[in-house]
Amino acid sequence: MKTLARFYYEFAESVRIAWAQIRANKMRSVLTALGVIIGIVAVTLMGTAIRGIDTGFNDSLAMLGDDVLYVQKWPWGPIEDWWNYVNRPPIQVADAERLSRVIENTPNSLLEVVVPVAGRGASVKASDSSVDGIYVFGTTADYARISGVDYKEGRLFNEIESSGGRSVCVLGYDVAEALFPGRSALGGTVRVGGHPLTIIGVFAKQGEFLGLISFDNQLVMPLNAYRKMFSIRRSTDLRVKVKDKTRLMQAKEELVGAMRRVRGQLPGERDNFTINEQQAFKAVLDPVKTAIAFAGLFITGLSLFVGAIGIMNITFVSVKERTKEIGTRKALGARRRTILLQFLIEAVSICLIGGTVGMMVSYTVFLGIQFQFPWFPVQFSPDLVVISMLVSVVTGIISGFAPAWGASRLDPVVALRYE
Amino acid sequence: MIPPPPPAAHVPRTVRPPGPLVIDIEDVTKLYRMGAEIVHALRGVALKVHRNEYMAIMGPSGSGKSTLMNMLGCLDTPTSGHYHFNGKDVSSMSDDELASIRNREIGFVFQTFNLLPRSTSLHNVELPLIYAGLPPAARRARAREALENVGLGDRMLHKPNELSGGQRQRVAVARALVNHPSILLADEPTGNLDSKTGEEIMQLFDQLYEQGNTIIVVTHEEDIARHARRAIRLHDGLIESDRMTGN
Ligand SMILES: Nc1ncnc2c1ncn2[C@@H]1O[C@H](COP(=O)(O)OP(=O)(O)OP(=O)(O)O)[C@@H](O)[C@H]1O
Ligand SMILES: [Mg+2]
Repeated sequence: MKTLARFYYEFAESVRIAWAQIRANKMRSVLTALGVIIGIVAVTLMGTAIRGIDTGFNDSLAMLGDDVLYVQKWPWGPIEDWWNYVNRPPIQVADAERLSRVIENTPNSLLEVVVPVAGRGASVKASDSSVDGIYVFGTTADYARISGVDYKEGRLFNEIESSGGRSVCVLGYDVAEALFPGRSALGGTVRVGGHPLTIIGVFAKQGEFLGLISFDNQLVMPLNAYRKMFSIRRSTDLRVKVKDKTRLMQAKEELVGAMRRVRGQLPGERDNFTINEQQAFKAVLDPVKTAIAFAGLFITGLSLFVGAIGIMNITFVSVKERTKEIGTRKALGARRRTILLQFLIEAVSICLIGGTVGMMVSYTVFLGIQFQFPWFPVQFSPDLVVISMLVSVVTGIISGFAPAWGASRLDPVVALRYE
Repeated sequence: MIPPPPPAAHVPRTVRPPGPLVIDIEDVTKLYRMGAEIVHALRGVALKVHRNEYMAIMGPSGSGKSTLMNMLGCLDTPTSGHYHFNGKDVSSMSDDELASIRNREIGFVFQTFNLLPRSTSLHNVELPLIYAGLPPAARRARAREALENVGLGDRMLHKPNELSGGQRQRVAVARALVNHPSILLADEPTGNLDSKTGEEIMQLFDQLYEQGNTIIVVTHEEDIARHARRAIRLHDGLIESDRMTGN
């Protein structure tokens, strides 16, 4: 109890001395804190950027649908043994019909609906303008069941339009904006590969996938209309919605079995198709994301490290300047840890000031970025504040430790003689 | 305040009967190694000091006075020999135990005052009590009392640079005594003061002696040493003489 009280009094005294010291050496303290400020700003801004990228990434993945399995020839992500895939038979629209039948005949199937999608890049023309590089694809009316996307106006084609291969289409948001700026595209006509299509709907804005592919640069039409314009032999895949996304893995197993039956594969034969899913994408991209985060934090961490060296330097200077004071304090009964604590608190105080100011600067920059570049993925969160405060304290302790330790070990006689 | 000093020759000299043994050193040596050269600062010193003594340590420059003083004050440990402080063997104590002895049992007064420059007199005097673990209210009361005792009741909130040299040394004396130590050690306390102010500080010491303190003063001035009741002379690391001073 007594030692605890003494520790508290010594702590309070150290804080008092630290503040007096900082105020007495304002310029020096400000310059030293500046190093920490820059470090903290760099680290926290990198933190917000990483957070933002992460969120953007997850939003992008959500666009793929977390309850949709993709039946495709090629797996997502890098492969080395391409020769194992290249000779697989392409996915056919007929596979979709057969797969649907297999699923219908499976009791308690975990799979809900199969939708074939065939697409390619193409240019889309209106009467007086055209846009290139639009992802044009054909699918069935069931597409509405797997895509959670909203409509700005209109609707998707229905069963009758779909099976009849009517010349209708739904435009992505940006396509509609480009071709029909400031007016409704509904009822208008666009030409794809020379064929006229009547616009029956426009999707709401969706955003970009990983900042690469815009989901708003697309055009969707009935598959039976699409196959009149383009070959669908090599460009089809199947999307299968699962009933319960918490049992995605079981659903995937069921789908593999069903596809093997569709393909008439023998036991022991390797699958001649791949089931892709968002999770697999994540597995491929997560390490990349982690690497970016580590590299970013490492590089910005270096600036914090430079700040820490500044703190260490100034603490060494402070110990040197006050050697005689250390001797006096020891003569009056200060123990080693009292002296250690005193200089550690000084170092930590400067770091905390730096951390607080750095935090405020970061937040201002963050607000500025949000205001000027709303599309830029940054995210600021309270735990970032806590973390950077912790980082400042730890920086102070680590960088102050060597000089403070040296001070605590000074021989009182030598310290008192120091001029 | 201290009354103006009467002529030195008429200072009433009370000699308080010696109390229990405080300092007991036997055959203490201290070596300093300066590269290849070895300096024998103390070559075998034996000394006993009792409570209620008022002793001066004299000797020429470099004779080892400060070295001996640091040893007595538990700031330094002997190279060889024994040191018992209040019956406890100090030579074998750890750094923190020594710090605790310095805090509770020893009051230091330095030639250069050694006050914390940015702290008030009051805070300077409180410092040993902080290390002793006293709560703030008690610290303040004791520090105030100590400052009043050295005649600085009206300078509590002054910082060292707002005080005269003599006043600074009084603050240092108050700081040395605030924790009621067994002994007050002063290494040339008047060395940085003019002779009149120095004389005033010595009068303060006399008064503190009358109040019951045990005092050791290092000096090389006969006038200063004359205030003490006993004087030892060091020469080249050895005690040359040890005698009572009288009128
Ligand atoms: N830290 C040290 N390193 C080396 N030699 C030292 C050290 N401290 C003291 N000495 C030497 O020890 C001897 C005694 O020194 P000390 O300071 O005790 O003398 P002093 O009697 O106090 O002298 P003064 O009257 O000048 O203060 C001197 O020769 C000095 O050079
Ligand atoms: Mg000396």
